[in-house]
Amino acid sequence: MAEIKTGAEIVMECLIREGVEVVFGYPGGANLPIYDAFNFYPQLRHVLTRHEQGATHAADGYARVTGKVGVAMATSGPGATNMVTGIATAKMDSSPIVCITGQVATTAIGGDAFQETDVTGVTLPVTKHNYLVTDVRDLAYTIKEAFYIARTGRPGPVLIDIPKDVQNDSCEFVYPEDPIDLPGYHPADRATEEQVARALELINSAKKPVILAGHGVLQSGATQEVLKMAEKGGIPIACTLLGLGGIPASHPLNLGMMGMHGEAAANHAIQNADLLLAFGMRFDDRVTGKLATYSPNSKKIHIDIDASELNKNVRVDVAINADLRVVLEQFNGDVEAVDRAEWLGTIRDWQEDSSQRDILNTDDGIFRAAQAIFDLWKFSKDNNPVIVSDVGQHQMLEAQYFKHEKPHTLITSGGLGTMGFSLPAAIGARFGAPETQEVWVVVGDGSIQMTITELMTAVQENLNINICIINNGYLGMVRQWQQLFYDERYAETPILSPDYVKLAEAYGMQGLRVSRREDTLDALKKARAHRGPSLIEFVVEQHDMVYPMVPAGADLHEMIRRPTA
Amino acid sequence: MKQTLIALVEDKPGVLNRVASLFRRRNFNIESLAVGHSETPGISRMTIVTDEEEALRRNVVRQNLLKLINVIEVDDVTDQPVVVRETALIKVRADATKRAEIMNITDIYRARIVDVATESLIVEITGDADKIASMADMLRPFGIIEMARTGALAMTRGVVTPRDPASYAKYAAKVGQ
Repeated sequence: MAEIKTGAEIVMECLIREGVEVVFGYPGGANLPIYDAFNFYPQLRHVLTRHEQGATHAADGYARVTGKVGVAMATSGPGATNMVTGIATAKMDSSPIVCITGQVATTAIGGDAFQETDVTGVTLPVTKHNYLVTDVRDLAYTIKEAFYIARTGRPGPVLIDIPKDVQNDSCEFVYPEDPIDLPGYHPADRATEEQVARALELINSAKKPVILAGHGVLQSGATQEVLKMAEKGGIPIACTLLGLGGIPASHPLNLGMMGMHGEAAANHAIQNADLLLAFGMRFDDRVTGKLATYSPNSKKIHIDIDASELNKNVRVDVAINADLRVVLEQFNGDVEAVDRAEWLGTIRDWQEDSSQRDILNTDDGIFRAAQAIFDLWKFSKDNNPVIVSDVGQHQMLEAQYFKHEKPHTLITSGGLGTMGFSLPAAIGARFGAPETQEVWVVVGDGSIQMTITELMTAVQENLNINICIINNGYLGMVRQWQQLFYDERYAETPILSPDYVKLAEAYGMQGLRVSRREDTLDALKKARAHRGPSLIEFVVEQHDMVYPMVPAGADLHEMIRRPTA
Repeated sequence: MKQTLIALVEDKPGVLNRVASLFRRRNFNIESLAVGHSETPGISRMTIVTDEEEALRRNVVRQNLLKLINVIEVDDVTDQPVVVRETALIKVRADATKRAEIMNITDIYRARIVDVATESLIVEITGDADKIASMADMLRPFGIIEMARTGALAMTRGVVTPRDPASYAKYAAKVGQ
């Protein structure tokens, strides 16, 4: 006879069986039974964030560092609606999280009860899948299915809405041991022989190929397979924002980031290529520029786990719906060593031009955001730290100047561009990363103020995270667009900040301020030495721009470049 | 030229909402949508008619429909040989003097009169959209009081079905629970 357990206990039992170590969340009226059950399952650690959005970002950060499913909890109504931004962020960046929300009792659903929201309705377009569980006997299977859907195929967020009476109801608890098998869900696996043959023919005959390495390279664990192909064939690699770290930045074939603020050489290579190998990326508008003129003379091979991405934005010649690593294993034995020295030489000339335009060449005594980030890289790189960046100029500068050598060392909101992501995501990343691996937050003065409430979470949990606020007194990226495209009419982009040092001290953490470049190293050392969270405010030049820049809707090679001195 | 998709979906709450939501997001108008049981318990069949003429855009929707966990199979049968049928109920103003004339029209269209009252009658007609439109035109002079249509049902001709029944029959018991 199986044990009788309540719905709340079944939630705990199932989380433990999924290997969950930590849950980020916030209690409330409709999830009280679940929270009460935490008392009896001490092996499940719960982290109280200060806002449910923070809980979802933390689960997301944990998932991106570990590759495991992150878990967030909230109560019904406002608790659940506060999660929406975090869920949408995870959806756009294919991050596996499971959100468990309390709901009003089944008898009250639909009656506008206190703190009732139609949460499965609200989150339908931003989840990979969601459930409303109305019978406690469905709970165990539903939770197992939710974790399976979140982590397999193209990963994504799954929400489970559990009414309070279902949490309280009891039933025999029998954990479903059979593997999940759903009629309408079969994650893709291999390429067909015909697809492999067609792709190989294009690869081996290409003179000017470029690999476009996206998030899928990290998620399928295909780093070695991509490198093997690139090295054998002498094929350069451009990375998307979320692809950074998938290929070591120091690898001679790695051209760095592509797209709107990508490396000019990478964009020129794409525009002049005769073959694009798109690996686990989705031709987002921020990487293609104007579609009509995107890489006009190239054949295109697109490999993605999500069939709906194929031929969505860019028409391709070979579309392969499969797991990237599996496909590359199918390919790799037959990729021929081709001498592409001429093509690589052309690219090197573009790179040489870029390095002359680098803002780091200017030596005018002004402290710049790019310098702060570059100095952070030099200081911390031997540790291969996790960098959690937010959204804006600092995010693009981080992508340009912090050279990521290993997968899952850059955590950032790419697709949705969620300001306020970094601090809570870093809290989750801290729980996911090994203790010896440092976690640094690179965040702007606008972004930090969106979720600054989570400072207290870091203090309460005594987390070793170091928060670098790049303070230029502006919503810098918006200001950059206003400067370039709105005749310098800076509507509502100047932004004041609190005294971050005093604020940090009020929260009970170490606070430091750096206004001159020569003080950077000292502050970074103090942050590293301090047990618990530290905050460093870098007061930097206010009007710096991020270059190169492809204006929205322009051709990818029509970049605004930094003027040479 | 209308475009027709056939979808097999799990018979669960909210599935219709998920399917419709994908059309709404892309601003596709749904001309008609008919849902009912399929030959397999626990699996519903939807026939969706849209006015989206661009096959590429339809394919994006098809791929996104397939991404829904509860959607088992989607087939765009627009360019395939299909039987398309729709049923309409049309309530027509008709007193004793007009009944014979309407019955005559009903015979021509192989429709049926399913209700008669002193001042009206109800005609049931099954056919493709053109046939129903044509009959409605013929009845309009008498005065159409109400019309209800089921939306189109579609089925490909011959043994070529959009899917292999064996591939999902094993799920029938489970999804029916």
